[in-house]
Amino acid sequence: MNWKTFFAMLARDAHVARRNAMQLFLQTFLQPLLFVFIFGRVMVGSGYMRPEYKSLLLPGIIAISMTFTGVWAVAMPLIAEFQWTREIEDRLLAPISVGWIAIEKVIAGMLQALVAGLVVIPLAWLVLRPGVEISIGTPLTFALIIVLVAGFSSCGGLALGSSMDQQHIGLMFSMVMTPMIFFGCTYYPWSALNKFPILQRIVLVNPLVYASEGLRAALVPQFSHLPTTAVIGALFFFDVLLLVVGLRQFEKKAIT
Amino acid sequence: MAVGVRTQDLRKVYQSAPPLGAGGGFVMRADAKGAKQPPKGQIPALDGLSLEVLAGEIFGLLGPNGAGKSTTIGILTTRVRPTSGQAWIGEHDVWKEQAEVKHLIGVVPQRPNLDFSLTAREILVFHGAYFGIGSKLRNERADGLLEKFKLTERGNQMVRGFSGGMMQRLSIARAMMHDPQVLFLDEPSAGLDPQTRILLWDIIREYHQAGKTVLLTTHNMEEADALCERIAIVDHGHMIALGTPAQLKASIPGGFLLRLRFGRQTAELLERLQALAGVREVRVLDTGGKLLNATGGGENGPAEHTGVDVYADRGGSLIPEIASLAASCGAELSDVHISEPSLENLFLHHTGRSLRD
Repeated sequence: MNWKTFFAMLARDAHVARRNAMQLFLQTFLQPLLFVFIFGRVMVGSGYMRPEYKSLLLPGIIAISMTFTGVWAVAMPLIAEFQWTREIEDRLLAPISVGWIAIEKVIAGMLQALVAGLVVIPLAWLVLRPGVEISIGTPLTFALIIVLVAGFSSCGGLALGSSMDQQHIGLMFSMVMTPMIFFGCTYYPWSALNKFPILQRIVLVNPLVYASEGLRAALVPQFSHLPTTAVIGALFFFDVLLLVVGLRQFEKKAIT
Repeated sequence: MAVGVRTQDLRKVYQSAPPLGAGGGFVMRADAKGAKQPPKGQIPALDGLSLEVLAGEIFGLLGPNGAGKSTTIGILTTRVRPTSGQAWIGEHDVWKEQAEVKHLIGVVPQRPNLDFSLTAREILVFHGAYFGIGSKLRNERADGLLEKFKLTERGNQMVRGFSGGMMQRLSIARAMMHDPQVLFLDEPSAGLDPQTRILLWDIIREYHQAGKTVLLTTHNMEEADALCERIAIVDHGHMIALGTPAQLKASIPGGFLLRLRFGRQTAELLERLQALAGVREVRVLDTGGKLLNATGGGENGPAEHTGVDVYADRGGSLIPEIASLAASCGAELSDVHISEPSLENLFLHHTGRSLRD
């Protein structure tokens, strides 16, 4: 394993991310913050929503921001680099095996997702306060959960980015990301689906459910949530599954 | 130490249309008469190609679009997995020791694939970093290469706005950044203006003089002739000729090619053409310019066919004789094109098609 090459590629991605920081910032945070403002401030302030909703909403918003960032950070450049600019070829010719190039992409995406998650917490808190009651009871569990969430989003980005064609980007967002977000227990807890038992079972195939519920367990345990162990197990499963699929698809794309 | 390149029995069958990166410009040929028809959806690109590029030589792969040149380069540079056969860079098996092989090679693709998120200088510096070159050295090298390729002034600009020629120069600079032992250039001068082409040729020669091996593909005979020490002519994934440009040109019967067109044409005319002093071979073309099997025409008889290729060891001095011969046979000579010994003629001689077809 050639670590010099690996870190040089990571440095390249960090350099590009720094250069596009403003764009990334708006892209990542604008939509969730507007959502937080409308639902957390306007709806609660006008009495249409109960005040506790503020605290319930925050973990979901973190989950969305992280997932969106991870998928976007890996999938979009991959789609463009493989098809349009083909600029990934330079890295495919670097003295490192092809699988490690994909793993570098995953690590870069995870780092971006983690930054997004950690930045959106104070931002959302600023928009929502007062009345948000979050607490990190067990920091280790919280750390494990956000790393696993970053992992599934980034590996998902690898799988999507290596499987999709450029002309299907719009479809990817409307057919994959949008249903994932709305059925991801992001704006409501999983227990809110008790009255829709079939739907409640179906949404369990959505990894975002475990991200939202896991962050809820870690940050706002006062609300009902899926058991932490189940959440961690499921997130781990999706991380591995999406990584394996992503690596396979990446190698297929990289070598004809 | 210079490093050679070797392939043995390389075959590649694409299951679907090859991506542009691998078989750039690949076109299926409907006129490949006599070729085995592959199962539907399978596209054969290489059919048992064995070649050896000696350490320290400039070697050219010459052939039309779709001949398998880019696929060969793709296999040698770890980007295209061969269906069967083996490839080595120096002593390293390309498909078993990829990281070692990638250290030894530099690749200039057919279409620029520069990193659009970086400036020209950053592209070079990061490329150096991928190859583990220390910070000081990679910065020095990047500046040196920008200077050499006349890109210093644009060094700090994003490459998005670069012209095709500038991108091509930067691609070559990038390939040289880690000082590879073998440089692959896929159609290096396609789309370059004459001035840049000459700059490029000079740089390739200079690189070669430093003891490096260069393997380039081209469908430009002039380029192959000017640059290469040895040339392999490939078509339909086969090698059809190999040698120095001089050897190859000497292998064409006579060397000169006279492409003639007559108002009408008779068997007698063809016979008498063949008998002229200095004429080595006479070939009849159909009206579309395609070669027919034997001297004397195809199924419809010679009268339908008006084009004739004459290979001879002299050129212009044959024309008066041909003209008077045509007149005496009642076949008026309507068009004449004489070409001197060239790789184009060689290709035409072996395949019946022009390189530009």
